[in-house]
Amino acid sequence: MQGRGNSKFQETWTRLKKNKVAFASLFILLILFLIAVFADLIAPYSYSEQNLTNILQKPSSEHWFGTDQYGRDIFSRVIYGSRISLSVGFVAVGVALLAGGILGAIAGFYGGRVDNVIMRCMDILLSIPSVLLALAIVAAFGTSIINLMIATGISTVPSYARLIRAEILSIKDQEYIEAARAVGTNDFIIITKHIIPNCLAPILVQATFGVATAILTVAGLSFVGLGLQPPIPEWGSMLSDVRAYIRGYAYMMVPPAVAIAITVFCLNSLGDGLRDALDPKLRN
Amino acid sequence: MVRYIIRRILFLIPTLLLVSFFVFAIINAAPGDPAQLALGEGATAEAVEAKRIELGLDKPFLVQYLTWLKDIVFHFDFGNSYRSNISVSYQITQYFPNTLKLAGLSVLLGVLIGVPIGIIAAVKQYSVFDNIVMSFAMLGMSVPAFVLALSMILLFSIHLQWLPSSGFSTFSQMIMPVVALGMQPCAICARMTRSSMLEVIRLDYIRTVRAKGQKEFKVIVNHALKNAVLPILTTIGLQFGALIGGAFVTETIFLIPGFGRLLVTAVTNRDYPLVMGGVLCVAMVVALTNLVIDIAYAFVDPRVKAAFKSSSSSFLAHMKMKKSLKNMEQSNAR
Amino acid sequence: MENSTILEIKDLSVSYTSSNKEIKAVRGLDLAIRQGETLGLVGETGAGKTTTALSVLRILPEVSSSIKSGEIMFEGRDILTLSRKEMREIRGRDIAMIFQDPMTSLDPVMTVGRQIEEMISLHTDCDKKELRSRAEAMLEVVGIRKDRFDDYPHQFSGGMKQRVGIAIALSCNPKLLIADEPTTALDVTIQAQVLNLMNQLKEKYRTAMILITHDLGVVAEICSSVAIMYAGQIVEYGSIEQIYGNHMHPYTEGLFDSIPDIEEEKSELKVIDGLPPDPSALPAGCSFSPRCPYATDRCGESCPDDVQVEPGHIVKCILAGKK
Repeated sequence: MQGRGNSKFQETWTRLKKNKVAFASLFILLILFLIAVFADLIAPYSYSEQNLTNILQKPSSEHWFGTDQYGRDIFSRVIYGSRISLSVGFVAVGVALLAGGILGAIAGFYGGRVDNVIMRCMDILLSIPSVLLALAIVAAFGTSIINLMIATGISTVPSYARLIRAEILSIKDQEYIEAARAVGTNDFIIITKHIIPNCLAPILVQATFGVATAILTVAGLSFVGLGLQPPIPEWGSMLSDVRAYIRGYAYMMVPPAVAIAITVFCLNSLGDGLRDALDPKLRN
Repeated sequence: MVRYIIRRILFLIPTLLLVSFFVFAIINAAPGDPAQLALGEGATAEAVEAKRIELGLDKPFLVQYLTWLKDIVFHFDFGNSYRSNISVSYQITQYFPNTLKLAGLSVLLGVLIGVPIGIIAAVKQYSVFDNIVMSFAMLGMSVPAFVLALSMILLFSIHLQWLPSSGFSTFSQMIMPVVALGMQPCAICARMTRSSMLEVIRLDYIRTVRAKGQKEFKVIVNHALKNAVLPILTTIGLQFGALIGGAFVTETIFLIPGFGRLLVTAVTNRDYPLVMGGVLCVAMVVALTNLVIDIAYAFVDPRVKAAFKSSSSSFLAHMKMKKSLKNMEQSNAR
Repeated sequence: MENSTILEIKDLSVSYTSSNKEIKAVRGLDLAIRQGETLGLVGETGAGKTTTALSVLRILPEVSSSIKSGEIMFEGRDILTLSRKEMREIRGRDIAMIFQDPMTSLDPVMTVGRQIEEMISLHTDCDKKELRSRAEAMLEVVGIRKDRFDDYPHQFSGGMKQRVGIAIALSCNPKLLIADEPTTALDVTIQAQVLNLMNQLKEKYRTAMILITHDLGVVAEICSSVAIMYAGQIVEYGSIEQIYGNHMHPYTEGLFDSIPDIEEEKSELKVIDGLPPDPSALPAGCSFSPRCPYATDRCGESCPDDVQVEPGHIVKCILAGKK
């Protein structure tokens, strides 16, 4: 089992490396990660430090991307913004994955009424558009970063639950699982050792796209003022600030817009590449 | 067929009931006293208590829920806004048409451009056209609508002064919002159409049609597209729902008096009756969209129609098939 | 005119490209078929039979395959040089094809009647009414009630679908019919029915037919001549009597030996040792030599020439006629 898993991973990796766009995306994402982690070292200024004598400056050697309406350094804010966007994206997906995984595993493994109740609830979550669901949750619980993570994650819980449930249903009755049960292996070990490795591939793909969607959702919410509150340097809310100054100060728009686009683009094309690499049949 | 549609509508009822309960429960779990919120910070304790009784907040949770539900079902009454005290259903009827129009036009634009592009890209797989257009589709999926909206305002309203930057009543006012909101569905439709067409194009029956001596154009449109259309339809339905839910950003930028903006204001003001009514309303529209798409399936694919006509067991089988299709769609298009 | 050649394939080579490897599916194939004749094209899976058939209709997948060389003469014209429009006119009207898997060869969202009508409308000018009556007549020819005209493929069984496939192929009365393993996907009892039907119709319409199969029993029943194909080449060609009575290529011999014989009591089936060669890495010389029980050193050196051992009986083997 272990050996097969490894060779499959290697095969996937080889195929992924051949896909130039996906591989470049992975590389850029790694850089973005490093930027987020070492934001304190990279950013020349603090993200919240105001300097009212130096507002709305055009890009210069001192302020690479210029300054905003409070004289804050836009370059630094974009750098810190990567921290916010990536962490919200990944945590939201992580939470959703955990919740969806557990629910799906329970539903698939135990079947019957438990399955029915869980999957019915998942259907309900699916029947509300994701952004709206996030809106409702933010409305109820406020706009803290944790709430935003939950709000953007919750609408993707059903897709993970379904993936895992389907996977479990398809391998539950296979002989090696029965054999494992027969020798008295407990359910938890069966799930973690046999079932999870099997559904890793589709989940990885789904999760990659999920991070992209979560980042877009948070940016959208922040843009209309329902996301992270100032002075937190969220890319969406930075763009929202630009609106008032779009006449004459449009350069302020470029850095956060490009940052969002690059991040989401890379995640999407990495997801595409992963899907092709994991299942070559789907390509062509 | 009629029986199927009726059954499908009946199927909607439990779903919507559960959605309503879910929404009601979430909002009620919110911290803070709605009576206090309705009256504002300065209200006296007695006034708040009186308001609590007026709003029925002293009653048990389930009773509150059932009262709320009863008013919706029998009177289409979602209660009154805390802030303005205007009836929520009135506000919904006032603002919803704009959002429907915006989302509908955007999806239409997306389909009209995205589907043909997807077809050509699939037919000319790996060609320069395919590569360029699909890169643009990927970009379209990655650039948020508000970035495109701001860029368009900058270019067409501020620099060129061709288009007005706000409102949604004249044609020229509609262009930018529809393009901004339509970009994402366009990209997703193009990708979905391409992958769906690619799957069909190499099947045996397409070869059969070619062996008959049929023109390539007709092979693609009359046979391949007709068979590839199911996942595309699903995508269109999902996109319409997503746009209704996601229109608020575009509406905010272009100052469109739409439902999304109404909801955003409601959330900012913690105007709970409006939030609950709004979310429930959108859920209803989404459910109805799904129904329409389901019925459209039957007209496109005789196998689905056959499943509708026959017993309920194959009906359930069809529902399962649809679910797996949706799953496939999600992982494919996103 | 009765015995004139209607299709002649000369030195046809077709390759597929897959992840930068060239796969030689057909290599220098020569084949001819006369009017009214039924030719059996026999070989293992992957021998290039279907590729040959698709080349004749020019419906190979465009992206991944290419015809490297050769001529395909149909009624005196090389169809490889025809324009797309001219080729479309030949498809269906002059050369029609019956496909291997009836389950997947019909468009699932179009009624079977419409699928027959489509073929007729492409090659004749007739109004809607006539179109329908002709299509209904075709259904009845293949033994399907005409009131099933408006049914969809999923409402038919496999055998019935293949009958529809035959109806489509014969609806414009083609001069040449290519049947690509038409019965492989069917139940044994249905196979006989479908074969009989094809045989009858072929006689009735005086159509020449290429029957692609790997079943020598089927060939014996309806073919008048046989071509044995191995690794993209014809290794033996002759009349049915020549091949069944006096086959000479070691591969043909292997094929015949692997047919189980009820009379003889053997505990084991005879098989040809080894596997068909990888078409992207063919052996040097005779491609059958690695599996051939009579192989000599010379076999690995160069590809053997065609040897005419008796009139109309051709064998691609250096041992031919010397055994």
